[in-house]
Amino acid sequence: MKEPVIYTENLTKKFGAFTAVDNISFSVDKGEIFGFLGANGAGKTTAMRMLCGLSHPTSGKGSVAGYDILKESEKVKKNIGYMSQKFSLYEDLKVWENIRLFGGIYGMESKRIASKTDEILDELGFLAERNTLVRELPLGWKQKLAFSVSIFHEPKVVFLDEPTGGVDPVTRRQFWELIYAATDRGITAFVTTHYMDEAEYCNRVSIMVDGKIEALDTPKNLKLQFEADSMDEVFQQLARKATRKGD
Amino acid sequence: MKQFLSFVKKEFFHIFRDTRTMMIILGIPIIQMLLFGFAITTEVRNVQVAVFDPSKDISTERIINQLDASNYFHIVQMLNNPDEISTIFKKDHNINLVVVFDEKFNENLLHTGEASIQLIADATDPNQATTLSGYATSIINSYQQELLQEYKIPIQIKPEVKMLYNPQIKSAYNFVPGVMGLIFMLICAMMTSISIVREKETGTMEILLASPMKPFYIIVAKAIPYFAISIVNLTTILLLSVYVLKVPVTGSFYSLIGISLLFIMVALSLGIFISTVAQTQVAAMLVSGMGMILPVMILSGMIFPIESMPVILQWVSDIIPAKWYISAVRKLMIQGLGITAVYRELVVLLGMLVFLVFVSLKNFKTRLN
Amino acid sequence: MVAISVQNINKKYGNIQALNNISFDVQQGEIYGIIGPDGAGKTSLFRILTTLLLAESGTATVDGLDIIKDYKQIRNRIGYMPGKFSLYQDLTVEENLEFFATVFNTTIKENYDLIKDIYSQIEPFKDRRAGKLSGGMKQKLALSCALIHKPTVLFLDEPTTGVDPVSRKEFWEMLQNLKAQNITILVSTPYMDEAMLCDRIALIQEGTFLQVDTPDNIIELFTQILWAVKSKEMFRLLNDLRGYDRIKTCFTFGEVHHITVKEDLKMEDIRTYLIGKGHQDIDVYAIKPSIEDCYMQLAQKTKV
Repeated sequence: MKEPVIYTENLTKKFGAFTAVDNISFSVDKGEIFGFLGANGAGKTTAMRMLCGLSHPTSGKGSVAGYDILKESEKVKKNIGYMSQKFSLYEDLKVWENIRLFGGIYGMESKRIASKTDEILDELGFLAERNTLVRELPLGWKQKLAFSVSIFHEPKVVFLDEPTGGVDPVTRRQFWELIYAATDRGITAFVTTHYMDEAEYCNRVSIMVDGKIEALDTPKNLKLQFEADSMDEVFQQLARKATRKGD
Repeated sequence: MKQFLSFVKKEFFHIFRDTRTMMIILGIPIIQMLLFGFAITTEVRNVQVAVFDPSKDISTERIINQLDASNYFHIVQMLNNPDEISTIFKKDHNINLVVVFDEKFNENLLHTGEASIQLIADATDPNQATTLSGYATSIINSYQQELLQEYKIPIQIKPEVKMLYNPQIKSAYNFVPGVMGLIFMLICAMMTSISIVREKETGTMEILLASPMKPFYIIVAKAIPYFAISIVNLTTILLLSVYVLKVPVTGSFYSLIGISLLFIMVALSLGIFISTVAQTQVAAMLVSGMGMILPVMILSGMIFPIESMPVILQWVSDIIPAKWYISAVRKLMIQGLGITAVYRELVVLLGMLVFLVFVSLKNFKTRLN
Repeated sequence: MVAISVQNINKKYGNIQALNNISFDVQQGEIYGIIGPDGAGKTSLFRILTTLLLAESGTATVDGLDIIKDYKQIRNRIGYMPGKFSLYQDLTVEENLEFFATVFNTTIKENYDLIKDIYSQIEPFKDRRAGKLSGGMKQKLALSCALIHKPTVLFLDEPTTGVDPVSRKEFWEMLQNLKAQNITILVSTPYMDEAMLCDRIALIQEGTFLQVDTPDNIIELFTQILWAVKSKEMFRLLNDLRGYDRIKTCFTFGEVHHITVKEDLKMEDIRTYLIGKGHQDIDVYAIKPSIEDCYMQLAQKTKV
């Protein structure tokens, strides 16, 4: 049987009396695009931090890329990539400097970094931008570059935290095509987004409400289950039930 | 007016709710006063002294006794051989000063009216060396005064010190005015500029500008809380100074308060001016911190005497408001002079205030740039 | 009556043309959407109209007042919600609202009616510091503050960015209520699906308006034949469709791909082609374009 790339069992995180993440259990297979949805404050960020080995669960267990998130968080970090809308690249470094930096952080050899830099710049059509400062790139380009950098070291899983916010529709699609291409190579993508149409790109989607996973299935089955025309409707039905208001 | 008052109220909320920052701005004067007063004091006490006295006469004995009798010096060794002078510092690390008399000291003094003493200080700590040779010199000078009265003939003891002369006997006298200048600069200029720039950074300035609120009101309302805090700090500093460090206000108290308030306003307008230039809180902090406070420490005469600086730096120091304020405080507080003695400082500070207010108002944008 | 009128506005930052000859009119009581991605010039346009920035050239009036000459009067009449959450995080909900009421020379009581629907939702938390509110609540507070002086025109710069779909929906419901009270609303958003909730929209790209019309008309004017295609292997399908020379454009659209095709192409042709490529569970059907389809088509046209 195929071993899941992400696996959690009763994962819980409490801050004092407040249960941010409440007993979540799920697993994600290799090469899957997994959508992780939820309203603001539903506990997505906290759950994602635990999976990335940045935060210690209060109880429950989990593994990412085959490593225990409790005991082997350093190994987890080596085998994942991370990209968010807020922080992705150093604006005051050039394109190639950013790539080299992140390659170096993950302990790749300089030769390998050099050859792979050419590869991804070619793939993105950025060869002419090698020496451009990142801050001078249009937003959509930055996001595409940031994604390529986040999977530069060929991680087993890549976590994408609202990666496409504010990006124009064409670039947004190019971005998703990059995700498709990466998962086609066997990388697993774990994505949060506020664009409900993007949820439909995912193989499977989970929806968190008040710290619990209230629904988890393929977009198609979820729509059937909730008798909805779109993922937006599914989301509205579930998230309206939320009682929690704080972030 | 209601608009304005509610803005001032909001500013006080910002300050009171940021407990940590408030503790810092109210605590800094206390810490600085105590730190300068006790820890980094340049005052010397019980310095171990060695003496080479080939003359061994009545005068040298009296000088040695007077040195030893002072709180500052403690004579621990009499040297017998001039060769020992150069080696004594290496042999005994506790000795910081060697006093070397002329041969036939008293004879020279009475017959030629002139005799010399060499003061050799351990200059590894130049500050301390300067201070203690200064103290020794002043003790010798007072002995000279005694002799003058005794013999009624012109005589001169020439202490040979190659180090700088620190005119203040007590170091606290020197730094109290400096700390005052520094504190007001820090709180008024830095905090005001940061608090205005913060509104630019968080985007609230955008809403305020797009509202009927007058920009002039915004600025003045920002300055008022820091003016109030500065008055609290002024009180703290003066109380600490008088009751803890025993540095009394010898001159006109009201003039001192008056010129302090003027300087606070200069510092506030400087903060406002910085805020019109800086776009981020970090920039405001760097400009006011590195650009204002450091020069205040270095060029205002707080640490190094201005008179001994290169001429160019002396000119530069003239444009630093704190220099004028510190100089005025010295005159009013320590030298015990009245308001007439600080007219020059008063006029310069007033001029600076008018200039800064004018430039800031001109610079403050009613739009984003 | 025209509430906002803009003629040939240009704005440059260095060499970058942030706004390129923008002209449009907003009628009183209308919800007018400026739709486009980040960096398209939406914020610059808002700042010019709220008298915070000066344009290089062009004129504009808000409520009949000139944005340069009468800027002080305009500032009395408009409500503005900038892109970033711009309230005082260390003041409580009530203190923020009170502060903005006095800034505009009014009181909460005086205009409570207007904000009642919105403010009552956050009133239970009125003693909480604004910084401790959730995204949706912050947004409601910011809207209350922007409305407290009963503005005639409301400028909302990306009010729903980063907000979850539920709060977004609630927010748009609030805007519909305000419209009913005859407040003109100019709103910008990067979310194309929100376009349908506006009376009229302008699609903006790189400082240029691509099209200005009602959302329905914009969709009506979509001239291409648009089909949705899906199969079992979506990524391979994408590449295969792009490799087919009678398909003009192909974009991913959630669980399907949207293609525009040459007029002589039949659905059967595509099916046959895809079966030949070994695809399974093939489905091809005609669909009505969305604003996003229109935007992409217009954006591509101007780029070439």
